[in-house]
Amino acid sequence: MAQVGRGIPRLEARSKVTGRAEYTHNLRLPGMLYAKVFRSTVPHGRIVRIDTSAAAALPGVERVVTGEDIRKVIPEPYYGPAFHDQPILALDKVRHVGEPVAAVVAADPHVAEQAVQLIEAEYEELPAVYDEVEAMTSQAIVHEVLKPAGTFADLKHLAGKTGTNVALDFHLTRGDTDKAFAGADHVFEHTFRSQQALHLAFEPFVAVAEPGDGMVTVHTSNQTPSFVRMEIARLLGWQENQVRVKVPLLGGGFGAKVYVKLEPLVVALALIVRRPVKVALTMEEQFYMITKHPTTFRIKSGVTKDGKITARECEVHWNGGAYADIGPRVCQKSGFTAPGPYDIDHIKIDSYELYTNRTPCGALRGFGIPQLVWAYECHTDIIARELGIDPVEMRRKNILREGRPQATGTKMKDAAIEQVLDALAEQMPWSKPFDRGTGVIRRGRGIAIGFKASISPTTSVAIVNVSADGSASLNMATTDMGQGSDTIMAQIVAEVLDIQAEHVRVMHTDTDITPYDMGTLGSRSTFHMGHAVRLAAEDAKAKLAALAAEAGLPPGTNYPPSEIFVKRYGMRAGNVIGSGTYIPTYQSPDKTTGMSENVTPFWMIGGTGAEIEVDTETGKVRVTRLVNVADCGTPINPRIATTQLSGGATMALGFTLFEDMVLDGGQVTNASLADYKIPGMHDIPPMYNELVDAKQSNGPFGAKGLGESATFGVSPAIANALDDAVGIRLTDLPMTPEAVLRALRAKEGRPLEDDA
Amino acid sequence: MSVARTIHFTLNGRKVSTEIEPHHNLVELLQRFDLFGARESCGQGLCGCCTAVVDGQPVSGCLYFAVMVDGKSVTTVEAFDADGALSKVQQAFIDHGAFQCGFCTPGFVLMTHQLLQDKPNPSDDDIRDYLSGNLCRCAAYPEIIAAVKAAARAGR
Repeated sequence: MAQVGRGIPRLEARSKVTGRAEYTHNLRLPGMLYAKVFRSTVPHGRIVRIDTSAAAALPGVERVVTGEDIRKVIPEPYYGPAFHDQPILALDKVRHVGEPVAAVVAADPHVAEQAVQLIEAEYEELPAVYDEVEAMTSQAIVHEVLKPAGTFADLKHLAGKTGTNVALDFHLTRGDTDKAFAGADHVFEHTFRSQQALHLAFEPFVAVAEPGDGMVTVHTSNQTPSFVRMEIARLLGWQENQVRVKVPLLGGGFGAKVYVKLEPLVVALALIVRRPVKVALTMEEQFYMITKHPTTFRIKSGVTKDGKITARECEVHWNGGAYADIGPRVCQKSGFTAPGPYDIDHIKIDSYELYTNRTPCGALRGFGIPQLVWAYECHTDIIARELGIDPVEMRRKNILREGRPQATGTKMKDAAIEQVLDALAEQMPWSKPFDRGTGVIRRGRGIAIGFKASISPTTSVAIVNVSADGSASLNMATTDMGQGSDTIMAQIVAEVLDIQAEHVRVMHTDTDITPYDMGTLGSRSTFHMGHAVRLAAEDAKAKLAALAAEAGLPPGTNYPPSEIFVKRYGMRAGNVIGSGTYIPTYQSPDKTTGMSENVTPFWMIGGTGAEIEVDTETGKVRVTRLVNVADCGTPINPRIATTQLSGGATMALGFTLFEDMVLDGGQVTNASLADYKIPGMHDIPPMYNELVDAKQSNGPFGAKGLGESATFGVSPAIANALDDAVGIRLTDLPMTPEAVLRALRAKEGRPLEDDA
Repeated sequence: MSVARTIHFTLNGRKVSTEIEPHHNLVELLQRFDLFGARESCGQGLCGCCTAVVDGQPVSGCLYFAVMVDGKSVTTVEAFDADGALSKVQQAFIDHGAFQCGFCTPGFVLMTHQLLQDKPNPSDDDIRDYLSGNLCRCAAYPEIIAAVKAAARAGR
């Protein structure tokens, strides 16, 4: 029976409904201590004095540790995937409110927490900068010297740079935009902004380090265990094989738990106290760890009178917060798609990653794409309305078709953009008349489409181990954080080996036995690890055939593996171990022009249609229907794939309508679930989900990534529906009732008093 | 930090006792018995991940002092498959894929049991009402609603 394409339940389903699923959150080890973190109360300042004496004197406190103490076990305690800019505990300076400054270790977490309250720190406050555009020219400099990690070639030129907050500038030029604007019938220019928001995984960040004999084991809720191993080894000056990283299931990730987060701290503390140490953040503390980039995106288009876009200029400022994390990659990898999935001859992109004195910003379900789609799909809709062209027609006229070059010059392949657009139009249904209402409640509808390149070039390695009874285990470091990777990878193994997917055992990451994977991020696993798993299973299959030949079995005979082992080894014994490594081909964008003939192995396409009701007296927007369409090639598990669609769209709905980290003088004023609301049962509109019938020809069994695709279009589709309903255009996220009401009242010529 | 006292209560049908300090919450108490289905997440009684049932009443374990269960009866998600078989609610959650990461799932399972005990044939509004105190960041809400309906049809 075909295993790929089956909509089977998640392999770990039973453990999840019984409460017995294994998360790092649950982990307790003999002799384990707990650490709590003392955090900065100022957004930018020099550390004058840290007084830990009262904390250290509290009965039950094992140790109080500051940044200087960390140096005793890690002399250069700066980490990060793109820049080595983040100290394990603050050294000399603090750069954002909530930055870890000291840690208290105790056997009782309540004692550690109480001791944290007894620490006193004095800072000499420095001018701070919070806005990404101001950060370009601000006198407030977040980092005195830039320290690129050396991992990425396009960051090398920033090494040693001083007096700047720019952590990467990416530029792309194709054709001549100035000339094209001059010759265009119309030129439109708008600026859109998006807010700081966060992942808010329900299993908050948690890690445990366990010192061993010449090694250390890190148990962590992390999406990139192989990177954790490399980065901890680098910090300690050890070999990779002295660092063991174990990752069970994750209680949500969404891009928060990529690269290293708590791991350097727990390792340093465990090595200092020589006992296992656990750090488990509270929900509030998650607001000081990693967030979604706020952005300012100025977009300008030249258009013919019949709606063909001839030129587009994109200037994107990404607010990276106090530490780079993976922000520079967001700036570049997403930056080159800023003009949208449109066929435009003349393009100019300037994308800037900025340091500011906010909580660091990284990857959040879309790696920057939702911020871009927010701008280009609102902009595209405004143009259509101004020119009196139907928004679906406007897009159909301009979309990138197969074989046409994207902004980088890479020719589109297996990107079902038009199919997604058609499916949206059909399911809305766009051609049918739509009742916009007349009274207090007005109705509107809107659509948006977006696309994303994969993170390239990245590597995945997998091992398939067939035991003598014929049962198969899969060793891989892909992290299952709810997206269903364990299940679909088991389906791939089962398909190749012709067994039942439910009978494949998927090992959770233990870097002592699971090989390298770049990370569970950017919707890359199905494609990259999917290939590695396929190759490993094919290798195992070939080795089984070789074993059968060694055993003297005639080729082509259909012996079950268990009999092959017995025939070859005279008893039930032995293993067959297949391995597979996958890296796609790639050409990095040219340093000056940004051009590349092969910038990504595949494109993800996502589109959203929204129907809304607006209460014109209160400004409240109610989404009455959401249509989510994506191209994920041919899904390995259609049921799990569909839940990724509705889940991604709902998360984006929160970012569209209400989620917002509110900053006041650098302080987050709503750092709790009481004040930062996320979508609940009552916020979910009726949804229609569709995966278009497509095939990724270079993908494993025709499949490609999906986890982020449903997030792309939600915000602009709702903004476009709002314009359709009441004729107002919001350019900032989120679109709260207050923002809608202010715009409505301004349009009516009777602005709210404080807007007047 | 403070004075421990001994409490006696019924945990998933079994009489137990332990020493507990006054500041410990119900989640910490349950962890002492190696029960990890109730999980502290938001710490404010808003997400529902820490749901447990005390004397028939669902409570937020993160806000419920452990000493308050003295003499009472506590039920956790681990009670439902104590005999090795899943409850109909649990089976329906699996059949309908009503979770992704699974971290919030025990809370939803407990509240669905509570709902179907109070209202064996719940309306859509009943479902949303009973489950509005449980949040799912993966947003498996449509699948959860389908699972609750299926469980109701199957009779819990």
